[in-house]
Amino acid sequence: MREKKRPDLVFLGIISGLAIILLLTFPEKQERVIAASWEFFIEMVLILPAVMILMGLFSVFVPKELVVKYLGKESGVKGVFIAIIMGSLPTGPLYIAFPIASALLKKGARVLNVIAFLSAWSCIKLPQEMVELEFLGLNFMLARLALTVIFVIFMGLALEKMVGRWELEYYKS
Amino acid sequence: MNSTFVFVNLFAFICLLLAFRRDREKTRRALVMALRSFLRILPMVIATIILIGLILGFVSKERISEVIGEQAGIKGVLIVASLGAILHIPSIISFPLAASLLRGGASVTSVAVFITTLTMIGIVTLPVEIKELGRKFAILRNSLSFIIAILIGLIMGRIL
Repeated sequence: MREKKRPDLVFLGIISGLAIILLLTFPEKQERVIAASWEFFIEMVLILPAVMILMGLFSVFVPKELVVKYLGKESGVKGVFIAIIMGSLPTGPLYIAFPIASALLKKGARVLNVIAFLSAWSCIKLPQEMVELEFLGLNFMLARLALTVIFVIFMGLALEKMVGRWELEYYKS
Repeated sequence: MNSTFVFVNLFAFICLLLAFRRDREKTRRALVMALRSFLRILPMVIATIILIGLILGFVSKERISEVIGEQAGIKGVLIVASLGAILHIPSIISFPLAASLLRGGASVTSVAVFITTLTMIGIVTLPVEIKELGRKFAILRNSLSFIIAILIGLIMGRIL
């Protein structure tokens, strides 16, 4: 992967450089900085391998084709919940979900379900939720999930009204 | 928070065991994929850990809470919402970062808004979204997500 740029490595370099300069300039802060970093490092080490394994398993055992197959079949409340579950299972960044969403719209799926699917894909990934549970706690995680599901349904309904027929022609062309 | 760590690791272990019994070859592939994505995300994880140390060590609680805490009001919420919309970082990393800000003096509202806009809105990926889903759909989805992120954050600030 020579040709690919790695902005993350650049970012790591900048942060490390900055940390070294700051810690050498203000040695009295060293203890606090290192203690805070160390604590988060331990928490990451305890949880990240498990989360990575879950993500690997999900991406191998829940292929994209399966998601498309199950979505768009059901309508109504059931359809929305299937869309949310289907969106939260496979792993990968949001831009992978856009072509899937586009395929679903072309197949005639409801805008509401596609929005539910995209939103679930972006913020209710099961392995990622494990990280949220670890760092922010059960109450935070559950409250955010519940509110997200509720508001996403409202948003889907609103968007369905706003997009309307005109835009739907876009997918047929 | 120790029980969470036990639960997560146990859950992963059981999934792994079930997967292994079902299909060895696929499980092997999943583990290779896990290792690869772990190595890919590692630089960002290390950078985040250092960043968290710097934030908690150098920025005072008063300063953090002034900008994104309870006193910051709606302006602070708008700042974090926009930051979350612009930044393009994996959610795995956003949670520890959010937790450190919360401990450093940020409000629950700010942190919830940040996570929600970060995951749901992508300014960087907007061109792809427009290409795949059309301009109207993409722009409406992102703007509505921005609004609901703020509503979710405000309610969470009230109930937690």
